Amino acid sequence: MRDFSYTQAGSVGAAVKAHAQGQDAAYIAGGTTLLDLAKLEVMRPGHLVDVRKTGLDQVERTSDGRLRIGTNVTNTDLAYHPLVQEHYPVLSEAILAGAATGIRNKATTGGNIMQRCRCSYFRDNVSPCNKREPGSGCSAIGGKSRAVFAVLGVSDHCIVAHPSDMCVAMAAIGGYVTVNGPQGERDIDFLDFHLLPGDTPAQEHALEPGEMITHVTLDAPLQGAGSHYLKLRDRASYQFALASAGVIVATDGNTIRDARIALGGVGTKPWRAADAEKALIGQPASEDTFARVAEIAFKGARPTESNAFKVPLGKQAIVRALTTVTGPQAS
Amino acid sequence: MSQSIIGAAKPRVDGPAKLSGQARYAADHFPANMAYAYGVFSTIAAGKIASIDVSKARQQPGVIEIFHHGNFPHLHRSPSSFASQTKVDETRLPFEDDTIYYGGQFVALVVADTFENARDAAHYVDVQYTPSEPVTSLSQALQKNGSKPSEKNQHERGNPDGAYQSAPHKIEATYTTPVETHNPMEMHATTASWNDGDLTFYEASQGVVFAKNTIAAIFGINPARIDARSPYIGSGFGSKLWIWPHAVCATAASRELGRPVQLMVPRHQMFTTTGHRPATQQKLRLATDDDGKLVSISHDSVNSTSFVNRYVETCGVCTSSLYGCDNVRVTEGTAQVNQGTPTSMRAPGAAPGLFALESAIDEMAEALNMDPLAFRKKNYTERDGSQDKPFSSIHLMEAYDRGAEKFGWSKRDPEIGSMRNGTEILGWGMAACNWDALRQSSHARVALRADGRAMVSCATQDIGTGTYTIIAQTVADITGLPLDRIDVEIGDSAYPSGPISGGSWASASALPAVQNAARKAVDQLKGFATQDGATYADASTDKLSFDNGTLSLEGGESTDYTAVLKGQRLAEAFGEAYTGGDEKKDGYSYRSFGAHFVEIGWDPGISRLRVHRVVSAIDVGQIVNEKTATNQVEGAIEMGIGMALFEATEYDHRSGMPVNNNYAEYVVPTHADSPESIDVVLLDYPDYKLNELGVRGIGEIGITGMAAAVANAVYHATGKRVRDLPIRIEDLMRT
Ligand SMILES: Cc1cc2nc3c(=O)[nH]c(=O)nc-3n(C[C@H](O)[C@H](O)[C@H](O)COP(=O)(O)OP(=O)(O)OC[C@H]3O[C@@H](n4cnc5c(N)ncnc54)[C@H](O)[C@@H]3O)c2cc1C
Repeated sequence: MRDFSYTQAGSVGAAVKAHAQGQDAAYIAGGTTLLDLAKLEVMRPGHLVDVRKTGLDQVERTSDGRLRIGTNVTNTDLAYHPLVQEHYPVLSEAILAGAATGIRNKATTGGNIMQRCRCSYFRDNVSPCNKREPGSGCSAIGGKSRAVFAVLGVSDHCIVAHPSDMCVAMAAIGGYVTVNGPQGERDIDFLDFHLLPGDTPAQEHALEPGEMITHVTLDAPLQGAGSHYLKLRDRASYQFALASAGVIVATDGNTIRDARIALGGVGTKPWRAADAEKALIGQPASEDTFARVAEIAFKGARPTESNAFKVPLGKQAIVRALTTVTGPQAS
Repeated sequence: MSQSIIGAAKPRVDGPAKLSGQARYAADHFPANMAYAYGVFSTIAAGKIASIDVSKARQQPGVIEIFHHGNFPHLHRSPSSFASQTKVDETRLPFEDDTIYYGGQFVALVVADTFENARDAAHYVDVQYTPSEPVTSLSQALQKNGSKPSEKNQHERGNPDGAYQSAPHKIEATYTTPVETHNPMEMHATTASWNDGDLTFYEASQGVVFAKNTIAAIFGINPARIDARSPYIGSGFGSKLWIWPHAVCATAASRELGRPVQLMVPRHQMFTTTGHRPATQQKLRLATDDDGKLVSISHDSVNSTSFVNRYVETCGVCTSSLYGCDNVRVTEGTAQVNQGTPTSMRAPGAAPGLFALESAIDEMAEALNMDPLAFRKKNYTERDGSQDKPFSSIHLMEAYDRGAEKFGWSKRDPEIGSMRNGTEILGWGMAACNWDALRQSSHARVALRADGRAMVSCATQDIGTGTYTIIAQTVADITGLPLDRIDVEIGDSAYPSGPISGGSWASASALPAVQNAARKAVDQLKGFATQDGATYADASTDKLSFDNGTLSLEGGESTDYTAVLKGQRLAEAFGEAYTGGDEKKDGYSYRSFGAHFVEIGWDPGISRLRVHRVVSAIDVGQIVNEKTATNQVEGAIEMGIGMALFEATEYDHRSGMPVNNNYAEYVVPTHADSPESIDVVLLDYPDYKLNELGVRGIGEIGITGMAAAVANAVYHATGKRVRDLPIRIEDLMRT
């Protein structure tokens, strides 16, 4: 790890300013991603701006029924927050399915959104990797590409999955990310925040240089809906998703009135399966329906040889999550 | 003698020190003026070092020296002999030449004033390579160069091929197991200090005596000038049995620089330069007569080894004796790959070997339409056919029966996929487990001290298994002193020479010596008590008994033993003992036995595989401590689940570099993967033919057969016979 300078910012304004002044500056929150990668020399910040003393550690309901989450709220606090447990249980479930207690205690909302990928070729600091060294190539293509690699949204330049569980629930719920930077404050739709790799996989998100996340505001909960986050993986805990599904479903009797489906472990970004949702609305809640929409969700999937199983696995995640939410009448 | 202390479920005497952070491991020692070393590790798997430029690294803050093949001191190779206690699995010294044999090989060593400065500067060492095409897997090696047969461990009796050809029922199958990495919690580490030509080093080591003698050989000095210490080890699973390059690096740097040096191997290099279980490919052929009696067994295995040294994984080690059969062949061979040198990993040979054999036995039973347990019982033997000797003590039939009874095996519906629970299909499988019962020589010293405490010392180690505790129990058994008045000193080569913590023989080897030394200490005490002017001056020592710290004269008075010592101004009464190792000539074959019964659940709707229930019945001789013994088997079961379902070190097939070299992506079972119930049945039949305590050893047997039991259960649930470990969900999703 290289030497770096460090500022603890007392306000958002101070943080943005300190970031602008530092060379190779980076924000740091819980450090569970950044310090790990800095020790591997994959991230080489010259100046760290610690944002944890900027406040931004509240979870509040807005007057229009949304939920505003400060960037510094830890993953643990967010998962156990009464408002989240009551109105967004899918978010609570998703967060608690991720990492392990120690990491969740340190990890923050903004840090989780910004966490980096788990590709071993990215992490080894040697292999060609378009994220680490644009234009050098993608070693995962034609290499070991099983557990943490995507089947949706991949490109010829990068195939790694976005690792977050929390973001999958947020993608299902919908909302926006509030950021602050040298040009002031702005909101970015949550679904537009993470970028597809395309031919610029190093460009992972919609932040402009120097901008920091201050809040995530979630849409008001879907009235009368049930939800579930189902994470499938080899072992029972402490593993990134092979495939996961966060679903929110409202029914009228046995008919689906409204639905949200987002996927993890299979997409290059937190993946909202909008076409599948549409196909679900107005349909009877049955395994047949669910299997059909799962097909739609994975249309256009481009797996590698070693992660091809993620296509059927992801479909299973959708079907089981929807079955769980809509109850026994479905099976 | 108190009968109750041997076998009692005593908590670990070293537990409080570990829980409170007072137990200091190899890298928790900070001698004054210590410098820190950090490695630069090869980023290619095969080739040559074209150039090393250290100029930039040298300018980094705190850098003291940078070593590489151009300036590393000239040292000697260890003769690597078990008999002379200098065994290593990798004889090549670090920085011997400019050749790269494997990824993660030490190519330079940066020494700096702090750990952070050393690590930082290591990134600035500019190494240029001339790479060559690496051999990246066992299968590729076999294709390219074939295998080289091993001369040792071959066994053939009868006519296995002929019997196979003419038998009415037969199966043939090939099984593979991947490279596995030990991944103990504690990193390999060395803290070395030289003082006037004397060396003291703390090493994360499963064998301090071997560590001392090996380093002596490498540095060409008298072993008497070396003190190797390893009081606490955060486990090793075999990876810490022998000296690896990092220890040579740290010790040499310390000598060159004239100051203590510490080197901790980073986690990602724990996958390259400190050994691993090699990949294996094993061909099994079994045949039976119409009654289900085995008439032919052949087990031909090959394993990956490095281009540096040859390591043979003895996969057939159990096959030659576990079942009664007149026609048996076991062969082993190796093929070279560009990986670090393999080494023993918990139950070497047997763990991968019994995965293959016990899977094949299941396949054979299936082919015969026989219950797999009944098939095993049918082929049970009390004689080791490979040596034509009876087993010293075998209760495998009882293990089968008690395990089956506890598990409820009789309720198993043999039809594939027939047992269900909610969305899950249940699978019930079983397998035998088997391991050598070995014993090595050992010395020990026991002192009964005037302050009322006993002190026992032996240069063996506690690798987290409970050795501290069972040594104390052995002394308590002879002296009657409570455990909290017994100080155990182990993990230091200055103590009387003791066994390595490996092969499951530390208990069977050290305890007899400890027991004898304790007896001799009591004898000496009695001698003191009957000397002129002493408490029992006129009595004969035969009339004295010693119990609970008290000397008593037959039909007479009792005295606290400390009064005897104090009365004569003596510090202690002590005894030293030596007990010998395996004689192997006494007409018996010594092995341990057992059986695993496993229930798995496969939820086909979400492709989820979990182990729900394990019952293991284990026949390992006398149990010294029920708690630590049960814990060894439970831990081995967990590790066996990891072997079955998760563990594999994966290498990029182009570069040969490991890709899942961290704790997140090298998947081992978590607590959440623990079966809902693990039931360990310890049969507890002392094997007095092996030693006076009847103790065999329990560290390894629990992992043997476990992967097969899981695989057999998976087959019962899904009808999919997975012959390549680990069993992955995609193997079961395929239709
Ligand atoms: C072993 C391991 C297992 C894990 N398993 C899982 C898992 O199963 N599921 C899962 O979802 N996650 C998992 N994680 C990832 C974990 O959730 C993230 O590391 C964590 O959420 C990052 O938060 P942090 O506050 O520590 O971020 P930091 O490490 O502090 O920062 C991460 C990134 O975000 C940037 N950043 C931080 N705050 C801001 C801000 N306010 N504005 C702009 N940029 C910012 C930093 O510059 C940096 O680039 C795992 C991590 C580890 C190490």
